[in-house]
Amino acid sequence: MADRVASAHRDARVAAGIVALAAISLLIGGAFAGLAFEGLRDPSGALAAFDPYMLRVARFTLWQALLSTLLSVVPALFVARALVRHPHFPGRGLILQLFAVPLALPALVAALGVLALYGRAGYFAGFLSTAGGETWPGIYGLSGILVAHVFFNLPLATRLFVEALQTVPSDQWRLASQLGMGARAGFRLIEWPVLRQALPGVAGLVFMLCVTSFTIVLTLGGGPRATTLEVAIYQALRFDFDPARATALTALQIVLTLAIVFVLSRLGAGAAAEANLSVAPRRFVSAGSGETVLNAALIVLALLFVAGPMAATVAAGLQADLARLVMEPAVQGAALTSLVLALLSALLAAALSMALVMARQALALRRAGTRRPLLEYLADTGAGFVLVVPPIVVGAGWFILLRHVADVFAFAPVLVVTVNAVMAMPFALRALRPAYDAASVRHERLCAQLGIGGWTRFRLIDWPWLRRPLATAAAFAMALSLGDLGVIALFGSDAVQTLPYLLLARMGSYRTADAAGLALMLGLACLALMFLSARLAKEAKP
Amino acid sequence: MRTMLLSFLSVAALLATAPASAEGRLTIYTYDSFTAEWGPGPQVKKNFEAECGCQVDFVSVADGVALLNRVKLEGVSTKADIVLGLDTNLTAEARATGLFAAHGATPQVNVPGGWNDDMFVPYDYGYFAVVYDTEKLPTPPASLKELVEGDASRKIVIQDPRTSTPGLGLLLWVRSVYGDEAGAAWEKLKRRVLTVTPGWSEAYGLFTKGEAPMVLSYTTSPAYHMIADKTGRYQAAAFAEGHYLQVEVAGITVAGAKNPLAEKFLAFMTGPGFQDTVPETQWMYPAGETDTPLDPAFDKLVKPAKTLQFSPQEVADNRKAWVDEWLAAMSR
Amino acid sequence: MTRPEASGVEVRLDKVTFSYGETAFAFDVAFRPGCIAAIMGPSGSGKSTLLNLVAGFEMPQTGRVLIGGRDVSGDPPAARPVSMVFQENNLFAHLSVEQNVGLGRSPSLRLSGGDRDAVAQALERTGLGGKGRRLPRELSGGERQRVALARVLVRERPVLLLDEPFASLGPALREDMLDLVAGLQAERGMTVLFVTHQPEDARRIAHDMTFIDAGKPVASGPVGDFFGEAGPEAFRRYIGLS
Repeated sequence: MADRVASAHRDARVAAGIVALAAISLLIGGAFAGLAFEGLRDPSGALAAFDPYMLRVARFTLWQALLSTLLSVVPALFVARALVRHPHFPGRGLILQLFAVPLALPALVAALGVLALYGRAGYFAGFLSTAGGETWPGIYGLSGILVAHVFFNLPLATRLFVEALQTVPSDQWRLASQLGMGARAGFRLIEWPVLRQALPGVAGLVFMLCVTSFTIVLTLGGGPRATTLEVAIYQALRFDFDPARATALTALQIVLTLAIVFVLSRLGAGAAAEANLSVAPRRFVSAGSGETVLNAALIVLALLFVAGPMAATVAAGLQADLARLVMEPAVQGAALTSLVLALLSALLAAALSMALVMARQALALRRAGTRRPLLEYLADTGAGFVLVVPPIVVGAGWFILLRHVADVFAFAPVLVVTVNAVMAMPFALRALRPAYDAASVRHERLCAQLGIGGWTRFRLIDWPWLRRPLATAAAFAMALSLGDLGVIALFGSDAVQTLPYLLLARMGSYRTADAAGLALMLGLACLALMFLSARLAKEAKP
Repeated sequence: MRTMLLSFLSVAALLATAPASAEGRLTIYTYDSFTAEWGPGPQVKKNFEAECGCQVDFVSVADGVALLNRVKLEGVSTKADIVLGLDTNLTAEARATGLFAAHGATPQVNVPGGWNDDMFVPYDYGYFAVVYDTEKLPTPPASLKELVEGDASRKIVIQDPRTSTPGLGLLLWVRSVYGDEAGAAWEKLKRRVLTVTPGWSEAYGLFTKGEAPMVLSYTTSPAYHMIADKTGRYQAAAFAEGHYLQVEVAGITVAGAKNPLAEKFLAFMTGPGFQDTVPETQWMYPAGETDTPLDPAFDKLVKPAKTLQFSPQEVADNRKAWVDEWLAAMSR
Repeated sequence: MTRPEASGVEVRLDKVTFSYGETAFAFDVAFRPGCIAAIMGPSGSGKSTLLNLVAGFEMPQTGRVLIGGRDVSGDPPAARPVSMVFQENNLFAHLSVEQNVGLGRSPSLRLSGGDRDAVAQALERTGLGGKGRRLPRELSGGERQRVALARVLVRERPVLLLDEPFASLGPALREDMLDLVAGLQAERGMTVLFVTHQPEDARRIAHDMTFIDAGKPVASGPVGDFFGEAGPEAFRRYIGLS
């Protein structure tokens, strides 16, 4: 009996991870197979894809993504540090929750929010024109792309860094204050090592998000010089309907991203360089008064930068006839659809990530050497690369595969849920991994000794420690799915009318005020989710 | 892996609905602003169902391009009897798929330049136009030439021809006016282009937010603002060279040719039961006979001096080269 | 209350080799059934590694681990007739004392009436009567280790491995705990392998002693032999006698 339990437990986690990886590979690989199969009819597009135009596009894609990553991640390091050093900063919890909202905003809404401040007709245009001595030209071009990307990613990176910093044991802080470490020494000796570990993970994530940028790049880029591979893929699939070309371009996008993320991973220290959205309860840190002023200024600046476009979104949303909008059956239906789909995606994302995290830790414990076996790598960083597979590719690929088998429309909700779940998984992974790894360090030998494994172990031992991070992970995944247009945008379907879809539809029929109102509702829904997850996390403290 | 696939398939089996285009049913693929509650879809469905005693099922996708892709992907097994929402820039490609059947009727339609197509029947049309903000731009350009050569600080937002229909429309418009000089014209116009958006929504959003005093849209756009918003602030500029025409059409699929309701619907489409809904839901001109007169606001709209148009075949043959020319000029 | 399977069995490491990074270990040693063997040696000499090999947390590269004559080298930890008490992290912080002990009976905490009685008796025996509902954080350090020992009782395995379990307790408390271990061993007749740094611990409760240095057992025998003038040289140096 004991035999069976013990050996089952050894493999159950790895097996769960393999199942999760298989499911993800099936989703992505299936789509590729579908596209490649269709592409084989006329493979010329694949070769023709590599022309000078494409080289220019690839170069621009990487260049803007690298700059955006740099500008998002470096300030985020300091903002996160400031937030951690001042746990009693007024509204700190709210700021962190607010920082999760940009993720859930459709790119178009964010672009309009950014322009409401820095555009030619933005709030700051008058001031900027006076200061510059000529009419403010707006931020179209690379600068516009960068501002919008930083708006999306600085808050994300800040949150991730804050969580990383919170893994520093309170003893170290006590020791530091006892030894009289100043801000600089504290940063160098305590904060930087942790941040440096988190850096490759965070930078890689932000980089991938910027590589795949589409609407932001086109709308704010000022012209076709600003074109990303994602645009070219979209064009190949939608306008030229050239699956071979689309497959080749997607492969190029993945390979290039892989190379850069690999280089980024060399920046980090140690093998286990991963950022995390953890959950540890927090302690005090003391800071000198000069530093306090500086930190406060940093936080306020970051807050203004992030909250500005959001405030503009809110202001625009309040102009809408919200009462009528809320009562509309179409809006209610879309809200319900969005919530249900997002909830399902979140659950699936949490389950997938949980399986991967458990498998990774089980494999890490099993391995003797310092080199990570492929499976362990895949269960961790590898799974994150799904972010650079355009949803339109997944949608189109599966459509091609399934069209002869069944009613493709029936699959739309299934595809939306799975694609959103898989896209949210890299975020959920970061929330779960540190908590699970820490729990594992405490429990591993004891569980092995007592023969506690499999489902029993999850229910009895791990669950109480994972409720909080799972709530965080699920809330993040839900927020991401709420704002996503994903695969629906390609084929559309009356069966899956979500809020962002409705928003774009209103926007596309002159109903800008309605669209602004819907954007406000989306943002509020996301904020509510973040509050809820924070509340859940508090109650579930083991 | 296998269990995943199996569960996929079983979900499919569960959700798969009974095959459509049975007796008394008509399945129409269209874009979603057609079926939206403010679109013509609901009224059209009601009117036609009352006339035929059958059931109409709409299936909607994002836009005309997605519509054609979808039909291509589904091939002969498509459930669509009717595909409604392609425009004349897409019909050559649609025809080449071999998935559409000739309609065999002589539809009573009235579109500029006349209509002669054995496969597709128009239901509405409109002209591309530069729409401007009268409060910011008291004297709009009076011609495409003035737009191209005018004050670079007066900006316009346009759409990307690689990703959007109006973007392609402007490309064809410039091409039809400038011919082989189009590249040079684009290089000049580029100075006035604030930004190039992926679709109409983004461009129009920037325009109404005040980012630019001009946007590429339709001559009929001001009608919406006059009727729904009660404002004459946004107007279309009349261009001396004429305006490029967009005609939206519907066609019967090979599968739909077996469904007698499909022919009936096309006939209905050009009559008042359909056409009366067009002006104030599509914000386009009706292509067929209406019972109710147009809102007076439509009389105030720009009436193009000349209709510019390439044949569907010309568009299909040259689109790639012209887009490349545009890219080269705009990227320089 | 002593059951047949709870009486001690021989523990033997038969030409076991193992390496961890640069450090190599070679264990060829046996421990008498039903006796307490103290395992001593400098830090890093391989005391804990030896226990881990017996418990199944490490796998020998060559050689066999025999418990009661049976080769357990390939068995997972829970399948071996062994209980182990660590220096810390013996308890699940979110489970009550009763539940922590009950895990020794059923890893899924499905406890029969008989199991509950056994848990209650074990708590009583280890001096934790009435504290079954508490959470580990409400206990002192010594009490937490008592909970771990109570779990050893309900598991009824013939071999007990102790990896410096009382190292962080004060002298008086440590002596109490040692006496408790000695008492339990006397009742159950378990074979106990006890890693410690304190010679007086070994003197107090151990029958035998194995001294390990640089990854090898260098001396083995009755504990009394170690503390006389004739004690092994390495051991005498270690405890500062020569």
